[in-house]
Amino acid sequence: MNVDWLLTHSPALLIAIPLLAAFLTPVIDRINKKARDAFVIIVLIIAEIIMIALAWDVFTGSAHIYTMGASNPTATIPSQAAVPIRIVLEVDGMGAFMGLISTTVSLAAGFYSLAFVKKETGQGRYYTLLLLMLVGMLGMEFTGDIFNLFVFLEVLSMASAALIAYRFYYGDAVEGAFKYCVVSSLGALMVLFAIGLLYGQYDLLNMAALAKVIEYTTLDKIALVLLIAAFAMKCGAVPMHMWTPDSYTVAPAPITAMLVAASQASLYALFRICFSLYGLTLDVTTVGIIIIALGLLSMFVGVTMALPQKDIKRLMSYHAVSQTGYMLLGVGVGLYLLGKSDFDTYGMAAMEGGIFHIINHALYKGLLFLTAGAIFYKVKTRNLNEMGGLAHSMKFTTIFFMIGALAIAGIPPFNGFASKLLIYESAYHVSPILSIIAMLVSIITLASFVKVFHSAFMGPPMENAEAGEVPKSMIIGMAILTVGIILFGLFPGWVVSNIVHPAAQALAAQAGYIGSVAGGA
Amino acid sequence: MLETTGGYWSPIVWIVAFIVAFLMAYIMWGMGEKKHAKGEQEKPFLSGQDEPSKEAVHVRAGNIYWGFTETLSGYYDFMKKIHTGIINDYVLWFLGMAAIFFLAIVLPGVIM
Repeated sequence: MNVDWLLTHSPALLIAIPLLAAFLTPVIDRINKKARDAFVIIVLIIAEIIMIALAWDVFTGSAHIYTMGASNPTATIPSQAAVPIRIVLEVDGMGAFMGLISTTVSLAAGFYSLAFVKKETGQGRYYTLLLLMLVGMLGMEFTGDIFNLFVFLEVLSMASAALIAYRFYYGDAVEGAFKYCVVSSLGALMVLFAIGLLYGQYDLLNMAALAKVIEYTTLDKIALVLLIAAFAMKCGAVPMHMWTPDSYTVAPAPITAMLVAASQASLYALFRICFSLYGLTLDVTTVGIIIIALGLLSMFVGVTMALPQKDIKRLMSYHAVSQTGYMLLGVGVGLYLLGKSDFDTYGMAAMEGGIFHIINHALYKGLLFLTAGAIFYKVKTRNLNEMGGLAHSMKFTTIFFMIGALAIAGIPPFNGFASKLLIYESAYHVSPILSIIAMLVSIITLASFVKVFHSAFMGPPMENAEAGEVPKSMIIGMAILTVGIILFGLFPGWVVSNIVHPAAQALAAQAGYIGSVAGGA
Repeated sequence: MLETTGGYWSPIVWIVAFIVAFLMAYIMWGMGEKKHAKGEQEKPFLSGQDEPSKEAVHVRAGNIYWGFTETLSGYYDFMKKIHTGIINDYVLWFLGMAAIFFLAIVLPGVIM
């Protein structure tokens, strides 16, 4: 096995390895618990290493295409057919970018879980579902086939719902999972219906082949409406966000961090549908304005609803909604300007800002949810009114929280500032109001996290709290994300040039997406 | 260094500027009054009253930003009203938004 072989097969391996490991985990769990933990962590590390290698190859070279079951995996169209008929994985800059987020957050969540769920029963099932979540995310991000997008969306949703309800002895965990199940099923049904509409017209499921022939008929528009509504709801856009605080709050903290990455996979699907499937055939002005409006609503409603919350995870969940708004705003501005003369300057910068914000958000929001979990681990409550003085005993958690809070509020030199700056400047070009609202939301975000910091970490020490810091594996989980925040904050130029720009370019260049699978736009 | 549409952003320059500003502030602070003996400033004068315990004066989360939420009570009352926590309403919001998207994206093409 050499590096070329590994890189060629890496799109399939990245799905197959966690999938096989997921079903091996309960078997190993029966034999030895420590071996199970080690096995899961090794699988997550392997996935991370392969993903970094694949991503680097994609960022410095070209998209990776993988045809499942073909003797030559790079040959997408069989000799006896005119269009791709097998399942094709297409990992371009955007897919690789999203894959990096998924594997990194999963690795951090895996380490963190070792101690966090140590006292729970059914850990074999927990890790099986955690790996299936990773499979679902990577599948959604890599697939070039719209029906498989639905399949992986379902894999992700079912694994997520089961993990939200993992601590079923809390009644609200089951309630949160039920709500997640209902909205996910509804969204998935809409996606399936949209796929049916497209397949009925074009006899195609491959997205590149579909993009080549799509005409933006009335049925295509109805399919687009269903896809936008479903994925906007799944990524938590206001006013379809209400399931988000209900589910994020009650899930175990490492799973909440993964749910953030899972929501971003839906956000990715929304962008992929708009840019790569429909592209310039759609009315970019109308759809761009819709996405910008969803972004503004999400930013403002999310942050104002976060401010009065007393449950630390519920507060952070509303912030997740708010931050999704920035991504929608950035990429929405890009879509609005697509095909216009300003796209190469302002449109591309807005997309880079929105896409950069995706990875930044995954890192700092993931970290913040892990710190909330660390607090819950020690004080057994999520109620901020019952906390105080934790900085006395939880020094590492305090530092991690401060870094995460400053990053989400867009305080320099952390990573949130760089992506927000790109969004502010480019959105200003479309309308100054967009930038003003975005900046106002950042200020309220800071105010909100000042409240959390004051309530949980400042003041006299709590009398009934378990003394000391959380176990090392939880600190490692938080440290992985913290290192990412600091590096991305210190070297934003390098990150944007080498990681974000290739992702934005891959999304904007529909012809490249079509050409690599279906041979020319 | 990150090139933006309106200029650039360099975290390293920012950190250097922050360190310089911090050092200047620290030097100025060091040049301040030094006559007080250690411990002399610890007890504030509160009109002759004893200082309350730290536990008694720690502002809890529920009271922080009370003025903000009270000023925007109309907005928050509306927000509370629509955040019912009932799944039927979540589904209605989803369907309502799908209908709005339909009106914005599909209807203009059908009419014209």
